[in-house]
Amino acid sequence: MAKRSVRMAKWVVSGPPLVYLLVFFAIPALIMVLASFRSPGEFGGLAPLVDEAGKLDINLDSYARFVTETVYLQVFIKSAWYAALTTLICLLLAYPLATLIAKSPRKYRDLLLLLVILPFWSNFLIRVYAWMIILGPNAALARLVNGALAWFGVEPVPLLFSAFAVLVCLVYVHLPFMVLPLYANLEKHDQALLDAAQDLGANGWQRFWRITFPLSLPGVYAGAALVFIPALGIFAIPDILGGPNDTLIGNLIKQQFLETRDWPFGSVLSIVLTVAALALAGIAAWVGRRGGGATARA
Amino acid sequence: MLRRSPWLWATALFAYAFLYVPLLIVVVYSFNDSRLNAEWVGFTLDWYRKLAADDDMLAAAGNSLLIAVTASAVSTVLGTMAGVAMHRYKLTVLPVLVLTPIAIPEILMGVSLLIFFVLLNFTLGLVSVALAHIAFCIGFVAIVVRARLAGMDETLTEAARDCGASPANAFRYVTLPLIMPGVIAGALMAFTLSIDDFVITFFTAGAGTVTLPLQIYSMIKIAVTPEVNAVSTLLMLLTLLLIVVAAKLSPTLLRSDRET
Repeated sequence: MAKRSVRMAKWVVSGPPLVYLLVFFAIPALIMVLASFRSPGEFGGLAPLVDEAGKLDINLDSYARFVTETVYLQVFIKSAWYAALTTLICLLLAYPLATLIAKSPRKYRDLLLLLVILPFWSNFLIRVYAWMIILGPNAALARLVNGALAWFGVEPVPLLFSAFAVLVCLVYVHLPFMVLPLYANLEKHDQALLDAAQDLGANGWQRFWRITFPLSLPGVYAGAALVFIPALGIFAIPDILGGPNDTLIGNLIKQQFLETRDWPFGSVLSIVLTVAALALAGIAAWVGRRGGGATARA
Repeated sequence: MLRRSPWLWATALFAYAFLYVPLLIVVVYSFNDSRLNAEWVGFTLDWYRKLAADDDMLAAAGNSLLIAVTASAVSTVLGTMAGVAMHRYKLTVLPVLVLTPIAIPEILMGVSLLIFFVLLNFTLGLVSVALAHIAFCIGFVAIVVRARLAGMDETLTEAARDCGASPANAFRYVTLPLIMPGVIAGALMAFTLSIDDFVITFFTAGAGTVTLPLQIYSMIKIAVTPEVNAVSTLLMLLTLLLIVVAAKLSPTLLRSDRET
């Protein structure tokens, strides 16, 4: 009797969210996978499952197109390149910041960390828009840069609608995701290790490279995953701040669904993106765990 | 004591400036008496007046509010259930379904829901957007609620059961009051996520329905106008307010020394 009520309670509690997410997350994802094996419809969407000749519409055409028309692969590579650069710049900015917060007196840490998270909670589009203003052709920055360039006799360059604008904004939007895991890791470091190293004659640089950095690797991997994966699929930033050459996977997917309305090909692109994202998350978790194990042994 | 190198300070200061100067510029220029967001001319409230008279913007704000209230209400109930279930039982499918939407790029959920709604002949609009928002908010609420439960003494619920309370009553009178701050924080978080969402809304709204972020998007695609600064400033103020309330209710939400 009691056992039955426990089992019932389990279903009563977990059932509704389970059903909701099955219907509005898992099934749509599954449909997208199925759509990737179909032909595009004449007026967008999907072709009829069974055509007039009674032939079942299941094929690998869209996958073949992705593999054979190299332009799409190139966009993927470009997206990965932008995401990698973003991750690297975020790491370079976030490491000193996370170190400073972790070494601050305990009572200031929460406030300093809050200040990193707070901009993340403001509307995403507002943060993109802010860069439209800063990099705008009439803004101080553009005049300064182009003034300096003119001095060297170089033609003025537009800052807005360029790869530069896209990268700056990608870093801006993702920076907190790098700071948080790094801080969580650095905060746990044992100061005694560094003191011991210093007593044994290690200088500041050696203490960083031989102790702090290796110990912080799990945080670095976690942060890299948290930045790289969303950066890979972004579409609004290149859409708003990018030039004609800054088409990334996200823009391509948007194009397939809203402009050319080729669902099967859009689905293929989405699936490749998902697989890439999940594989990277898996690798980061695996490497992070191994790194974590190594530090535990050290 | 630690010696902090000036290099460390300089980079950290630069990082903070990098985070805040752009937002500050948006706010400052919302009071600027110039159409160009280029240099300071003089103080004005004209852009806010213009905003108050912009019917499209007000309609979009109304839509956003309606969606956010509905989505946060439903996702709070479902997310709390998911959080409690994940804390109490060994589950395999539910945690995956709860956490994957948070882990994958947003655009994927947007396009898969677009296909789903269109194939079902479900009219894209307020309802489809709200349904989509609920789906991605559940995970965030579940995480906050589970964190609250992790810091709670579950023997209290067991004691209530031993004293003869039904599972429903034990939850209603013991567990729920104890996790309430987490639940409310989760609700506020869901509200903020919903009112701010652009990507998933972009794909599930269809042609006729406009929310605040969609309206901002179409405005900045055409031209940069200080009216966008004004609406951005108000939106930031609202978000800040909600976050402060949420943080007061659930300190773990923003705290660094989170127990895991």
